[in-house]
Amino acid sequence: MNPSPNFNLWLIPILPLIGSAINGIFGKRFARSLVATVALVFSGAAFGYALWVTAQFSSLPQASIPHIERLFVWIQAGNFSVDYGFYLDQLSLVMLLVVTGVGFVIHIYSVGYMAEEGGYYRFFSYLNLFLFFMLTLVLAHSYLLMFVGWEGVGLASYLLIGFFFLKQSAAQAGKKAFITNRVGDFAFLLGMFLLIRQFGTLDYDKVFRGIAPMPVEHSLGFLTITALLMMFGACGKSAQIPLYVWLPDAMEGPTPVSALIHAATMVTAGVYMIARSNSLFMHAPIAMGVVAVIGALTAIFAASIGLVQNDIKRVLAYSTVSQLGYMFLACGVAAFSAGIFHLMTHAFFKALLFLAAGSVIHGLGGEQDMRHMGGLRKLIPWTFWTMTVATFAISGFPPLSGFFSKDEILWKAFSDAQHGSWILWLVGLITAGMTSFYMFRLWFMTFFGERRQPLHDAHQEPTGAVHAPGAAPADVGHQSGVAHSTAAPGHSAHGGGHVHESPWIMLGPLVVLAIGAFVMGWVGIPQALGGHNNFDQFLSPVFHTSSEPARAVENFPAEPQKTENAGEERGLELTLAGTSVGVAVLGFLLAWQFYYRRPELPQRIAASMSGAYRTLINKYWVDEAYYAALINPIVDGSRTVLWRGVDVGVIDALVNGAGTTSKEASGVTRRMQSGSIRSYAGWVALGAACVVAFMIYAGTR
Amino acid sequence: MVPLSWYLTLGAILFAIGVAAFLVKRNIITIFMSIELMLNAVNLTFVAFANHWHQVSGQVFVFFVMVVAAAEAAVGLAIIIAVFRTRETLNVDQVNLLKL
Repeated sequence: MNPSPNFNLWLIPILPLIGSAINGIFGKRFARSLVATVALVFSGAAFGYALWVTAQFSSLPQASIPHIERLFVWIQAGNFSVDYGFYLDQLSLVMLLVVTGVGFVIHIYSVGYMAEEGGYYRFFSYLNLFLFFMLTLVLAHSYLLMFVGWEGVGLASYLLIGFFFLKQSAAQAGKKAFITNRVGDFAFLLGMFLLIRQFGTLDYDKVFRGIAPMPVEHSLGFLTITALLMMFGACGKSAQIPLYVWLPDAMEGPTPVSALIHAATMVTAGVYMIARSNSLFMHAPIAMGVVAVIGALTAIFAASIGLVQNDIKRVLAYSTVSQLGYMFLACGVAAFSAGIFHLMTHAFFKALLFLAAGSVIHGLGGEQDMRHMGGLRKLIPWTFWTMTVATFAISGFPPLSGFFSKDEILWKAFSDAQHGSWILWLVGLITAGMTSFYMFRLWFMTFFGERRQPLHDAHQEPTGAVHAPGAAPADVGHQSGVAHSTAAPGHSAHGGGHVHESPWIMLGPLVVLAIGAFVMGWVGIPQALGGHNNFDQFLSPVFHTSSEPARAVENFPAEPQKTENAGEERGLELTLAGTSVGVAVLGFLLAWQFYYRRPELPQRIAASMSGAYRTLINKYWVDEAYYAALINPIVDGSRTVLWRGVDVGVIDALVNGAGTTSKEASGVTRRMQSGSIRSYAGWVALGAACVVAFMIYAGTR
Repeated sequence: MVPLSWYLTLGAILFAIGVAAFLVKRNIITIFMSIELMLNAVNLTFVAFANHWHQVSGQVFVFFVMVVAAAEAAVGLAIIIAVFRTRETLNVDQVNLLKL
């Protein structure tokens, strides 16, 4: 069926699944080192195999890409059938490398980070399970199989957010993530139903072939509705407005989980799905516009919340939401390759940020509140330097990776004739400034200045009773092991440099990711800066084949101008790049002024703008609004109507009524059983007499 | 020759006496005897019909009934003895524990 060689792609997802099964079933009896070995061997094998596939892939002829491997018929119902198969093209190859590479590195880090925690085998079993589902999602060759991975990563995410399940807030956060995702998944399902109805299949190649000849749709027709539903599904997974609320709460999970699932890989699944469906979206400009607007709104909205958060992981969480907004924005302006480029660089620097933050938290014995940090630069130098690379990368300083990818998106948002607009660009630019500001705020608050003690240390209170209510869950959450065993001596010694650098098994991954965050952008240096934008060219077969006709028509009149305007355009691109660097520097300077030179200034500003500050610190009251508008009505409705009304009033009433009725009926009839033989005999005689009478009557008739 | 109806009438009378005695009497032994009376009333009708139709199956049936009656008498009398030993009475109205 396929002349190209067989790569046995199924091995890639199955390897972590085996690791997960071994650890999940036998891990309880294993020593910790053995659990870690199993987890690392299988995730590392997946990474190694992915590298081998990459090497093979480069020698494939252009004609046999996408490379499809069908294993067996999975579902057969009437004339609708779905194969179980895998799909490898440039896009899934990039995702494959990001997922296995970053995933493997984070596995290594987790060995050190989780060393003191309970449920060690459980953690690694879940982590490997996550890799299995994520790889299924990435390599699937049909929407249905992608949906399997899609749901599976949701499950793994739920399990890992609620990893410290004894803690109420963690269990709640897990539920919140799962349920919010289900809302999006529902739309995704509806989108798939529409595709089946139209094309009778969910295989990528067949669906895309079916879409290609259809005209571009400028009204709310089949393509637009399908695209919008798909996009809504992506909003759930990728934490976009209006379904972003679960991601900040997901920080209840262990920090490596936040890095792997809630920053680098799973949350990018929505972006991947939209990029994968690019031919669908290119035929539905309205949906593209919605994607771009949602992305831009989410970017600036989440960034503004991130400005005032005090929990180090929450700042990063809102930053993730904001960066995902960038990727959506890129997809929305038809810059799919820029979106995937940012996805890749983001995977590196955001995973690094989370892991470094985890290293800080680890070093401080579970402290997550940045107000209690400061001056850690000298105490944990490796963490500091890797974090610095990541901070500069995400803020968009050249020549680090974030600059190239972010700039590519901003440039496309500005320049794309059909989908772009200067408003989108402006929103993106402001967001870039905010990003720079809150990241350097985090950087200065954590690593510079004087170490600020938590309140209860100053009072020399040995117990945790005076914990501020807000800080308490953060403390308990991370440290089921370390803090509790060392709590009493640790508290008095904290002031005297008790902070410790993390072990090498944690620092190694940080260094690897830091190198990645530094150089990864160089694969996509734009032509305006003297590069060749190799990344864009590498991905172009995925993103241009399907949209080529539309694009050719669009660009035909502009073609001659393009050459003479090339110089001008290059100048414009450089100007825009310069602007965004300027904005990043501005954010840096503001943060420097506020949090390094004059640390009392932020409080004064917060006091003078208390309305705006309160809005931000309460995250625009979105959670509260959701509670008021959705959750409380549902809970109250369930309680009054469904529980007290339907369940108690109808179902229980029916069941209990049946019981009562038969009890009362038998209360009457049981008197027949008197125990007296003669009364029984009387009944028998009476019955016999009746029978005889009937026989006589029937006989005489 | 005695006509068939006479036998049947006698059988019916005997059966009715058995039923009446079963319902009226309180002594278990007497009730037991009335059961035997009913069985034999039925036996009488069986042989009467067998004679009338010149068929042997009625006669055979009577033997079966007799065998069952004998077995029943053996078991029944044993039960009666057991009841008497525990309750010290043969009055069925006082043997009415089996009820709600």
